[in-house]
Amino acid sequence: MPSSQTDADSLLTIDVGSINTQVTLFDVVDGKYRFLASGSAPTTAGAPFNDIGEGIRRALDRLHTITGWILVGADEQLIVPRGMDGSGVDAIAATVSVGQPIRVIVTGLLDDVSLESARNLALSTYAQVEETFGLNDRRKLESRIDAIMRVRPDLIVISGGTDGGASQAVRRLMEVIGLGCYLMPEKQRPEILYAGNQALVEEVKAALETYSTVNVAPNIRPDLEVECLEAAYPQLASIFRRIQSKTIVGLQELEATTNGNVLSSADGIGRIIRYLSKIYGSKKGVFGVDVGASATVVAAAHNGNLRTGVFSHLSLGEKINGILEYTSCAEIIRWLPFPITEDTLREYIYSKHFYPASIPVTPQELLIEQAIARELMRLAYQSMTPGIGKVLNPKGAKSSLDFEPIVASGSVLVHAPKLSQSVLMLLDAIQPSGITTLVLDQYKILPSLGVAAAINPLMAVQVLESNTFQNLGCVISPVGKAKPGTVILKVKITYSDGNETTVDIKAGSLGILPIQTGQSANLQLRPLHGFDVGMGGGGRGGRLKVVGGEFGVIIDARGRPLGFSKDLERQRERNKKWLASLDK
Amino acid sequence: MAANVARIHPFTIIRRERYLPISGKVTVRKGQQVAASDVIAEAYLSPQYVLLDIAKGLGVTSKKADQYLQCKVGMQVVAGDILAGPVGFAKRVLRAPKDGKIIVASGGQIFIEVHSTPFELKAGLPGNVMELVDDRGVIIETTGALVQGVWGNGLVDFGLLSISASNPDEHLSPHKLTVGMKGSVVLAGICNDMEALKSAIDLPLRGLIVGGLHPSIIREAENAPFPILVIDGIGNIPMNPVAFKLLASNEKREVNINAESWDKHTGNRPEVVIPLPAGENMPNPRQTVDFSPGQQVKIVRAPYTGKVGKLMNICTGMTSFSSGVTGIAGEVQLEGGDRAILPLVNLEVLE
Repeated sequence: MPSSQTDADSLLTIDVGSINTQVTLFDVVDGKYRFLASGSAPTTAGAPFNDIGEGIRRALDRLHTITGWILVGADEQLIVPRGMDGSGVDAIAATVSVGQPIRVIVTGLLDDVSLESARNLALSTYAQVEETFGLNDRRKLESRIDAIMRVRPDLIVISGGTDGGASQAVRRLMEVIGLGCYLMPEKQRPEILYAGNQALVEEVKAALETYSTVNVAPNIRPDLEVECLEAAYPQLASIFRRIQSKTIVGLQELEATTNGNVLSSADGIGRIIRYLSKIYGSKKGVFGVDVGASATVVAAAHNGNLRTGVFSHLSLGEKINGILEYTSCAEIIRWLPFPITEDTLREYIYSKHFYPASIPVTPQELLIEQAIARELMRLAYQSMTPGIGKVLNPKGAKSSLDFEPIVASGSVLVHAPKLSQSVLMLLDAIQPSGITTLVLDQYKILPSLGVAAAINPLMAVQVLESNTFQNLGCVISPVGKAKPGTVILKVKITYSDGNETTVDIKAGSLGILPIQTGQSANLQLRPLHGFDVGMGGGGRGGRLKVVGGEFGVIIDARGRPLGFSKDLERQRERNKKWLASLDK
Repeated sequence: MAANVARIHPFTIIRRERYLPISGKVTVRKGQQVAASDVIAEAYLSPQYVLLDIAKGLGVTSKKADQYLQCKVGMQVVAGDILAGPVGFAKRVLRAPKDGKIIVASGGQIFIEVHSTPFELKAGLPGNVMELVDDRGVIIETTGALVQGVWGNGLVDFGLLSISASNPDEHLSPHKLTVGMKGSVVLAGICNDMEALKSAIDLPLRGLIVGGLHPSIIREAENAPFPILVIDGIGNIPMNPVAFKLLASNEKREVNINAESWDKHTGNRPEVVIPLPAGENMPNPRQTVDFSPGQQVKIVRAPYTGKVGKLMNICTGMTSFSSGVTGIAGEVQLEGGDRAILPLVNLEVLE
């Protein structure tokens, strides 16, 4: 590593979450950028502090205690750049997920074309889509005005019209939006994001700029078959920051301290997932999931094309009680190895809703929280992935897309007492098929690395290449139909020292191939009964070089989609067995 | 480490900021004494509009429509007022369909903001209006006993306190709700009986204060016509003994319930206020509290939800609990003498 590239480039990142604020320090060690340490403290956006600055200050104190590194000067300000005495850092960047989701109205023409794209765009940040206006909306103009006044949106996204295509319908939308904005008090008017037919940009500005700030992005649906959300991500990110700055005290100061290097945490995660997809460049995509207290964030990317989904209604924080609008108690309880009533589950959900920072003390409560996390991830994954193959790879033939690796973050996964619990939560929720690798963001730095990449790309690369992220293991999930207990796959393992062993995999089983962490081995996979192991189709096998993760290589032959027994007692026994089968 | 605080105090200064969600009109003056259910500000949260097509209404072309206008922007109109016309032999006119204010009158269209019922912000507690905040609300101050809870059904009212339970884990049942409790605020331990809730609604009460509320009757509690305030949690959770003792000692006194939702951002919680005359040198409650030994704490999560104890010490480093999860912990001596090591994030300081 040339020293000029790594001279004096220490970096501090600040991640302000809805429960905790984490500060993380990166610096050069032995010529390469490394994650050094992090400190955290409760976020202070709400009462009684009502200023995120206090939480940041406490997290910095914690980091100072851990590392001894002086970060704050006598004037109570962060020391930037690094001084001759070694105190301070050379750069600071921040990510934010605290705050209420922004209220959005999305408008477009056809429900399953531009309107869907506008909705997808809005849900790529911490937003709640409160209303939609489209061509098929039969409401009178005044009813739609009433809706705008009722919602009082922070943002209105206007999409519609392929480039050079429909314009009259877009003009009618502008009429409604213009009138709605005109009627609102000046200080409450929403920002406008126009991402439709580019031929109308000047008309839109002329019609709406009098009332609101009009942001223009490239057409997110330039063609009926093509969706290009990414082009609008930068504008949406800026709008999000401006809106949140009005309500989150201390955010403007953070913007100033970081020279504007503030992203939403979801954007930070998205950047890293996109970057990884460029590195891997395979036929597969890269998938990231972060189960947080403010939202469940999922990001999928393929060859640099990214799709982010921020599910503010699916979280483990204050809004946890919203989960029962999207799934049932029974669907959460089915993941538990012990019986509970639906009322007990509801009591748990309410206690977490009242005290989102509280933690499970008993083993039962821990497993309930993990069951909820499975459902959050499952719902987010299922909302995101239909047709993802075409979205991320429009020239490809498949609408689905396999992912490798799957990168996971969030306290419920990272702080699970046993790694086997983290692995099983991911396998149960995402249910990967074929071959993939599970990676855990053990220090919860995924968003921080994303924002750091903008300042120092080399740092992000080198930290990703280090052992900061934990390789849980390669997962092989054969897909097909066979009776439980039938041998469906033969795996011949050839270790690096030449030793060999063969393992028979039975349908319905979940287990670990004995490969030590960091040990490389060659696997020869021979699927039976037409099972598909992701090597080109049913019944097709091949060779695979693997490096053992924390769990060696995991074989998940439980079937896809995962089946559940109607006999609840039997299902509970199965859950126990699955958990035990990954215990090391 | 900063602590969550639940205010349960027999005699304290209570100062509350009461703001509209959007700009509106403050309806009280500085220095005014208000009751909990008095309206202190109002705003039109969801104004409604009516669009009139002049050309269609008068049977003329769009180009000619504006010349028949008889109203101007900003004008208040009542239903039946002539807005445009007359036209032709039949003297055709366009009338206002509802009371309202003209917002737009041009381009062949008239747009009326219809008069609707404003959202009324209630005081939430009895007291003196200390400050007015332009177009948004007021700051109210009083002195008295205060008990904060976790859940409320959004309503505000006051009444004399009746006690239906002799201890904090006693369940509310229909036979405990006597005719004499009609129009009063009732204190109970736990409410997990739909029939009991229905009886309370039938009486009706002016308010209900419970320690725990069963999850199966939350929907009914939300729709009850009087404020329902839950002190400790959703479930079969007895009222914490500190709150129960304080409330029970105020039987037949006027209690004010503000059963608004707990807003983590503003810090506003559902609460009971029992007004008492001000004393001398009353200290203001502390805004922020860090955990320290000797504090009285309430446990907010299983297995001791709602129990109260004394924080004996804060453990050094991280502690691993039986779930395997680790966190900063404190040793709590529970009422009854047992001791438990619990995460500080699962505790709430009572003061």
